[in-house]
Amino acid sequence: MEKGQQNSGIVQKKETSNGAKGMTVIVKTISSWVKVLIVLFGIYIVLFGHLTPGGGFAGGVILASSYVLLMLAFGREFVQKDLPLALDSKLDCFGVLLFTLIAIFGFALGGTFFFNFLHQKYNLGEAFHLVSAGTIPLSNIAIGLKVGASLFLVIFMLSTFRRDTSVNR
Amino acid sequence: MTEGMVAITMAIFYILLLFMIIAAIIAIETKNLLSSIICIGAIGFGASLMFLFLRAPDIAITQIVVEVLGLIILIRATISRDLTFISGDKEFFGTVISVVVIFVIFLAGVQVFGTLQNFGTPIFAKVPDAASQTYIKEGLQRTGAANIVASVILDYRAYDTLGEATVLFTSIIGATVILRKKAKKLLVELD
Repeated sequence: MEKGQQNSGIVQKKETSNGAKGMTVIVKTISSWVKVLIVLFGIYIVLFGHLTPGGGFAGGVILASSYVLLMLAFGREFVQKDLPLALDSKLDCFGVLLFTLIAIFGFALGGTFFFNFLHQKYNLGEAFHLVSAGTIPLSNIAIGLKVGASLFLVIFMLSTFRRDTSVNR
Repeated sequence: MTEGMVAITMAIFYILLLFMIIAAIIAIETKNLLSSIICIGAIGFGASLMFLFLRAPDIAITQIVVEVLGLIILIRATISRDLTFISGDKEFFGTVISVVVIFVIFLAGVQVFGTLQNFGTPIFAKVPDAASQTYIKEGLQRTGAANIVASVILDYRAYDTLGEATVLFTSIIGATVILRKKAKKLLVELD
């Protein structure tokens, strides 16, 4: 009984020490549930961009906004642990690299830049299925990675900068 | 779609248009920065609904998502500032210049809108050999994408998307380089 009370006391202390950063417990709990749905929705928008409305740009912005939600609710350090700046900029560069590689492969295999070689040469998949449209889903994934990572990076940079000026003042 | 439905849709459309114009005027004229930003958000959500009425769900999704993200940044930037009220008079020279520019844009707009279709009618109804006609006829067969917008922006007009990616890449490089020194100092302090 005493042990349990002690344990709960320790847990409470930890919670309050965590609670100093970010917003209130209500916001934190709800955003930790909602973030999963937002990420799933973003991935769906990116992957099904060639079948339904949406695509790489919209899905990427949704993915970035899920991390912005975490940043607002839990504070900057929490997001830093989850998605370090180095990894973020690597994702950004990987998206650009994938997109340009698709373009260059089109040039090498089809003769023109951005040639849809997977569809026109090998005719992969059926229309109206997830695996279809050749390079378009791959481009969507590349654009989604690129947009998501770079938008989050811009927002993170801006918020860090803003806080720094307030410290100096 | 029946006649009545079209009339109701157009009525809603004009109400939305009026709402956006009023919000834009308030956003310019109000002295409080926070209410100005909220009015900008209202304009953005109105624009998103408008794209839905024009049957452009791709643009509607992008508009609403970007609007939410931009609004969050603007509100955060505004709340933390001490000075949220605009003070001082408008400059005479700037006002004259902006009135002249708006008048020129208005004249050009009168010329341009005279040549356009009725509102909501696609351009290929007037020009039979427009490029969009080709995309609609051959898009599914040549690219295999069910969403015609995806087949245009990532296959027929992939250069545009490459340019957009370049713009984002350049902007993130610029932001990183300009803000780097202070941001790094802060990160070291946090560690």
